[in-house]
Amino acid sequence: MLRTGALLTLLALLAGCATPTMYSWGRYEDVVYAMYAAPDKMPPARQVELLEEDFQKARSKNRPVPPGWHAHLGYLYYQLGKADQARQEFQTEKAQFPESGVFMDRLLGNLASK
Amino acid sequence: MRIQFVQTVRCGALLALILAGCATKPYDYTNFRAHPPRSILVLPPLNESTDIGGTYGYLSTVTQPVAEMGYYVFPVAVVDHFCKENGMPGAGEMHQAPLDKIREIIGADAVLYITLKQYGTKYQVINSATTVLAEAKLVDTRTGTLLWAGTLLAQDNSGGAGNIFGDLIVAVVTQAINKSTDHAHNVSRMANTQFAVKDHGLLPGPYHPKHGSD
Repeated sequence: MLRTGALLTLLALLAGCATPTMYSWGRYEDVVYAMYAAPDKMPPARQVELLEEDFQKARSKNRPVPPGWHAHLGYLYYQLGKADQARQEFQTEKAQFPESGVFMDRLLGNLASK
Repeated sequence: MRIQFVQTVRCGALLALILAGCATKPYDYTNFRAHPPRSILVLPPLNESTDIGGTYGYLSTVTQPVAEMGYYVFPVAVVDHFCKENGMPGAGEMHQAPLDKIREIIGADAVLYITLKQYGTKYQVINSATTVLAEAKLVDTRTGTLLWAGTLLAQDNSGGAGNIFGDLIVAVVTQAINKSTDHAHNVSRMANTQFAVKDHGLLPGPYHPKHGSD
């Protein structure tokens, strides 16, 4: 059982933060967590600030941001009343991940009808 | 019948990681291979634990492990807001949404339904045990076929303070949040490593380098 334990620990580490990731995650999931757990401390403007910082870091290393990232940022811009920036982020999401097309078109449509 | 076993290991933080063990048969991926999804919609988990923070404490840990398996994962918070604006105030209503509507409105190939069975910390005399136990089902939106199901479980007996995951992963956010609030959120990340376990987790998706190789 001890050897099994060591193996499982190793697996956990390999599957976790020790493995190089495909995407540059930055604080995307931390921001999502905080917007629910402490919304007063993580309003949309603060989220945008953190995500834009992370984007600069990802870009400087030439690494892609993860699925949903641009859509989340776009939604924050929408909440802040910045429709042009929201539109740009939704379009970027769609270009990076065509799988998001149906949903992004819907969000873009909602923006246009405001 | 699937057998699971628990192994506790002291290593900086005390971790207990449960896998759908080495001794058990691989998952039957027949349906998964017949309807391979490109995109996965992760809905906020149904929360059967006693901690009201479970749904979002857990939801915010699912995107990375699933996306790193090679799938497009819809933005979880945007989807949550979108559903709320469209008459689905909670996870319960979202889990009842018809698959054809999900396909039409969001365009997801598959939906990941998660039910939190346990989420939280039990304090004992000299230490505490934080447990996260979730059941996950991946369902094809075209046919309603169950593509995959798994149990995700992790336990940390370290007591919270000074644990490696808290320090590494949520370092920035913990500045904004009381450190002791939600250790189960960190333990959820451990539970979610099981999405990547070969023969039991998700098959590698289209963006994964090993897609189609097994």
